[in-house]
Amino acid sequence: MTQLPNTAEQSLLTESYLKAARRRSRVILLRQTFSILLRMTLMLWLVATITFIVVRALPGNPVDLYIQDLAASGMSPEEARSKASAVLRYNVEGSFLEQYVQYFRNVLRGDLGVSSILSPNSPVLPMIVSRLPWTILSVGIALTLSFLIGVRLGLIAATRRHTWMDHLISNTWAAIDSVPAVLLAVLSVLLLGVVWKVVPLELMRGAYSPDVMPGFNWAFVKSAALHYIVPGSVYTLTSLGGWVLAMRSNAMSAVSDDYVHVARARGLSEERIRDAYIGKNAILPLVTGFAIALGFTVSGSVLIEKVFVTPGVGQLLADAIARRDYPIMQGIVLITTFAVLIATAVADAMYTWLDPRIRLGDEAS
Amino acid sequence: MTIAPLLATPRPKRFKLSITPTALIGTVLFTLLVLVSFIGPLVVAAPQLDALSVSQPPSSHHILGTDYQGRDNLALAVRGGSDMIVLAVIAGTLTTLIAVLFGSSSAYFGGRVDALLMRATDLWLTIPRFILLVVIASTWRVESTVSLAALISVFSWPVLARQIRANVLSLKEREYVEAARLLDLGPVHMLFRELLPNMAPFIVVSTIQSMTQAIYQQVGLAFLGILPLKDNWGLLFSVAYGQNAIYFADAAWSVLTPIASICLLQLSLVMMARGYEETFNPRLRSSR
Repeated sequence: MTQLPNTAEQSLLTESYLKAARRRSRVILLRQTFSILLRMTLMLWLVATITFIVVRALPGNPVDLYIQDLAASGMSPEEARSKASAVLRYNVEGSFLEQYVQYFRNVLRGDLGVSSILSPNSPVLPMIVSRLPWTILSVGIALTLSFLIGVRLGLIAATRRHTWMDHLISNTWAAIDSVPAVLLAVLSVLLLGVVWKVVPLELMRGAYSPDVMPGFNWAFVKSAALHYIVPGSVYTLTSLGGWVLAMRSNAMSAVSDDYVHVARARGLSEERIRDAYIGKNAILPLVTGFAIALGFTVSGSVLIEKVFVTPGVGQLLADAIARRDYPIMQGIVLITTFAVLIATAVADAMYTWLDPRIRLGDEAS
Repeated sequence: MTIAPLLATPRPKRFKLSITPTALIGTVLFTLLVLVSFIGPLVVAAPQLDALSVSQPPSSHHILGTDYQGRDNLALAVRGGSDMIVLAVIAGTLTTLIAVLFGSSSAYFGGRVDALLMRATDLWLTIPRFILLVVIASTWRVESTVSLAALISVFSWPVLARQIRANVLSLKEREYVEAARLLDLGPVHMLFRELLPNMAPFIVVSTIQSMTQAIYQQVGLAFLGILPLKDNWGLLFSVAYGQNAIYFADAAWSVLTPIASICLLQLSLVMMARGYEETFNPRLRSSR
């Protein structure tokens, strides 16, 4: 008979084992954080470089065109070049390497240059930041709504496969998914506002009535909410289809998993199986998709904000494009990428937290 | 006797690829749109500028009304389809080609090549591509349909490349691929004779899906006023919108016509993609 370790020894053993495990998971966490940070830096550098190349280094680039335009409007070439340097915050006459280094130093300081045409000489970064809340709120709310509804519908469709409900849900969303968002936005303004006159047109132009003061007062909140109904519905409708179809296919593969059979054998109700067993597992991959989609909100809103004249980043980008205001365009590309990078990092972290299998997989390797 | 029915030879089952109704409707609709867009311009007279009948509602002269220059909406719509379809086909095919090239070589060669290619794909996935596409398309004056299609496909291959990689990875484990590898048939034979033919249905479906994406992007670009291309549906839509046509019920027909055309085209493509997916992969098919 082997001697069993006494209790004191045993607790010592467990303690040291736990300590080692904790240390190991801390190392893994550190390594993950480090690699995520490294990747973010790399990405940001890459995008900043690509935008620099597009805006400055290629033949026929917008900066050269801008200088030509200025010269054509009566400025001497020297004046035009110094104006361009002032707008972009780097010396356009230096070598490309010099310009690149200067541009990069500015970006790291948060100085993205000044607007050249839309509102001359006002710095780009504050212009973008002041419009961010509109975009984040309007797209964020709709995205959350569409995620919740879409996941629910997809789950229902998957658990009632081959019924009229499934056909209705998946075909409807496939059809709506095929309509580009801009078309739906324009169509809703036309039908609701002009033809049927259900919604007053003022509610579909701008984000709030001109007679209320923006801030935390009831009149403003009410006006903003009323103005949000139609654009919000368009955002929600157009992003719903993707969630429905993704959730349906995820849930359909989970339906025949072993744990579902076991749950059924244990006599659990179908609803509980659907929500707690199939739903929970099928939703996992979508959660990261949701986080990434949140990061893309800024870019996803360009077209709809233009239709509904919302004072968001998308509208700013549309204006900048129409008037060829390159510093603003460049700034928006950088900010959006930054948003997407943060969202992707959050998504990664969330996925490891939600799905322990990934952590274990890391430990095994 | 009772044995007789058993001995009677069963009628040989005719092999047929039973196409689903969704796929059939989609294909018919798409064929119709192609026919109208490519043969229609030869039949329907070119739209004429007419200052006397500007922004009119439908009438016996102009079945779908006129636009802000007095041009017939129907004639415009008939002429606006070919450019859109050509763009979608080129962009869809190019996107799929790039994705197949990257995805399959990544999965086939594995190791360093795989790591490098997938890193690049992930990088490209994380960039807000529509915004970059908009910025690039507005700084470079993209002038031809083909170059626009090429630009769009450069921005849309990564998602598909990942799917193709996953597909090839699972095919690689099959016996016939093992057999080919044992026979030392070389990468070209492996890719084009063993792997790709087995992915053909998937590739067809993804090409159609890439086409719908290309149309999305093109409509978006046109709406931002970036592309001075031919009078295709996207441009007709955004020009009519720019003329504030949606705020006047009579003029609205010049917005509605291109919208309806784009939606029909998209619907036909989506139905084809969904239908073929079911046709090729009967497990997805609804029982009936």
